[in-house]
Amino acid sequence: MSTINILFCGTGGQGILTAAEIVALAAMYDGYHVKKSEVHGMAQRGGSVESHVRIGKEVFSPIIEAGQVDYLLSFDKGEHERMAELLKKDGTDLYDDFVKGQEKISNPKFLNTYMLGVLSKHLKISDESWQKALKETIKPQFLDKNLEIFASAK
Amino acid sequence: MNNYKLLSGNEALAQGAYEAGLKFAASYPGTPATDILEYFTQFKEVDAQWSINEKVAFEVALGAAFAGVRSIYSSKHVGVNVAMDPLMTSAYSGINAGFVIVTGDDPGMHSSQNEQDNRLIAKFAKIPLLEPSSPAEAKKLIKLAFEISEKFDTPVLFRMTTRVAHTKENVEIGERTEVENKPFEKNPRKYVMVPANAYKKHIDLEEKLIKMQDFSENLKENSIEINDKNLGMVTDSVSYMYVKEAYPNASVLKLAMTFPFPDKKIKEFCSQVKKVVVVEESEPFIEEHLLQMGIKCQGKHYTYRVGELNPESVRDIVEGKPKTSYPKAGRKPVLCPGCPHRATFVALRKTKVVVAGDIGCYTLGATPPLSALHTTVCMGSSVTIMSSLTSILGRDKAVAVIGDSTFCHSGIEGLINCAYNKTKGVIIILDNGTTAMTGAQPNPATGVTAKGEQTKRLDLVQICKACGADNVEVVGDSSAVIESKIKEYTAKDELSVLIVRIGLCKMIDRSKKPAPKFFADKCKKCYMCTSVDCPAIFKDENGNIKLNENLCAGCNVCVQQCRFGALEESK
Repeated sequence: MSTINILFCGTGGQGILTAAEIVALAAMYDGYHVKKSEVHGMAQRGGSVESHVRIGKEVFSPIIEAGQVDYLLSFDKGEHERMAELLKKDGTDLYDDFVKGQEKISNPKFLNTYMLGVLSKHLKISDESWQKALKETIKPQFLDKNLEIFASAK
Repeated sequence: MNNYKLLSGNEALAQGAYEAGLKFAASYPGTPATDILEYFTQFKEVDAQWSINEKVAFEVALGAAFAGVRSIYSSKHVGVNVAMDPLMTSAYSGINAGFVIVTGDDPGMHSSQNEQDNRLIAKFAKIPLLEPSSPAEAKKLIKLAFEISEKFDTPVLFRMTTRVAHTKENVEIGERTEVENKPFEKNPRKYVMVPANAYKKHIDLEEKLIKMQDFSENLKENSIEINDKNLGMVTDSVSYMYVKEAYPNASVLKLAMTFPFPDKKIKEFCSQVKKVVVVEESEPFIEEHLLQMGIKCQGKHYTYRVGELNPESVRDIVEGKPKTSYPKAGRKPVLCPGCPHRATFVALRKTKVVVAGDIGCYTLGATPPLSALHTTVCMGSSVTIMSSLTSILGRDKAVAVIGDSTFCHSGIEGLINCAYNKTKGVIIILDNGTTAMTGAQPNPATGVTAKGEQTKRLDLVQICKACGADNVEVVGDSSAVIESKIKEYTAKDELSVLIVRIGLCKMIDRSKKPAPKFFADKCKKCYMCTSVDCPAIFKDENGNIKLNENLCAGCNVCVQQCRFGALEESK
């Protein structure tokens, strides 16, 4: 399998780092080598947030090269405009799904899980591993709602 | 069954050190190194401490190694500057039990004031340097670092970079191996670095360097991969990963123990390939050494000394091209909604004084629309720079702004110096009860240890008085009150400290008050409310004021700016 490159982008507080963590964990549970890269620090203060997840047999670079993004998950219009050019020619831009999600999901806190549901349709990761990763990452009191939203987006 | 976890480089390093029998760790928070010490706090076997600053952290960690337990110091790259005094001499004295110095370098300055390359410290201090290229490798190399430290009786410099520190990957978790404490024996020739003893230790150190170089020659972690012999890359750290990505067929010499350089291995590799290219981030550290050895090699264009590398830049380097791509400006970071610092910066902007700032969240007060912070150099420099600004520009022309943790780090010395040298001026301590910028770590003024235990609490009022401040006042009110206090104290021919306590950092106190009421009919669109630079109140595309009630913490600093009654505090 060649390496799959997933780029999450948006702004601080949107749950982007959590979403990236979940997909990385799910892929690891399925036996893939994973590298996930982001920069901490200023992100917590409402600045831009970007997380790169690379999944494959043996992943080298922790960051995705420009023009090599297979799946782009943007959580913000401005950030989407800034990042869209990093997509591969035949890469998949999931921004329309995000806009749809904004209409469907009343609480923006769950949009990250919705987008993971959308992403899960494109990746060969077992449902068991997705569930395990969601359970590992999400606080127990919000888990049921998240599992429901994840399933609804699939 | 193998037990794999998704760990960051810092977590993997810390896990590896724990498995290697670590018993002591000291640090001062700083991105990208903060989470190393945080990881140790979960282990009962490790005495993990936040120190008041990096010099202190280094000394207590070195002391633990002297006392006979495996010990680690960690900080961000510029933190090592603060620790340089004990670091340089610890190379002479050596250690007793294993001692590793972790530096978190930040090429690209994701959250730092410079991008200094701390590999150079290894050469300067004459200590070995290890550099992992990934989290999984960080875990392996940290164990080697302790072995090298004890084998050669030397501190070992372990260099992480932001990309290695904050990348996560599958890392295998192992068991801890207990290491017996080494007895401490009184040995002045080793531990008392007076000139006569240090002279002998320097002779020893030069011999040690030759032995360490021999060791490095035979280290399998300095690995040669021979593939296409037309192109040979010499590389270290995360650059190795970029090389593998961009040139999977090239021959590679990957240095894991970069200093002392394994000269024979370098020669052996370079003699086997047609063209040698050195790929390294930041300074031409390896390149200069190869050139000094008389090896014909191609380094990166000088423009690539700035910022991080990536696979694309490796292609530029091989082709001899300069750097053409620079990071695009993203959304600027701002103080959080409800941040207790905001009111002070609104007040400072009105006073029009020069504000000597410091390192912390409040550095965010420098950018428009607040624009109320005018110098930032390093930790603690607000107080000291203010003392010269006031003496040269005029007593009422400048003030210092510093956070509680930074004041404990190195602001206290500046205050004593002000009192001693008769400085007249105002120091504002923004006390939000935590070390906020790095994710809310406790400090002496919070009275809680790294492990969350209660401890003696530093009383900021008492210490400021003891240091010689003529006036110390705690204020905790609106920006207007803070403004009047700044004016009152800058008018005095005295040394004053204003401690602003409006509330705790919103990361530790997540309580919220209701958002203010907004009356659109009264709004004159003067935008004084948005000038407080809060993400919860903003202009929409039509220039109308909008409140994001989800984000708003109800601090009412925006309400205090409105002169037309369009914003009203919710009761």
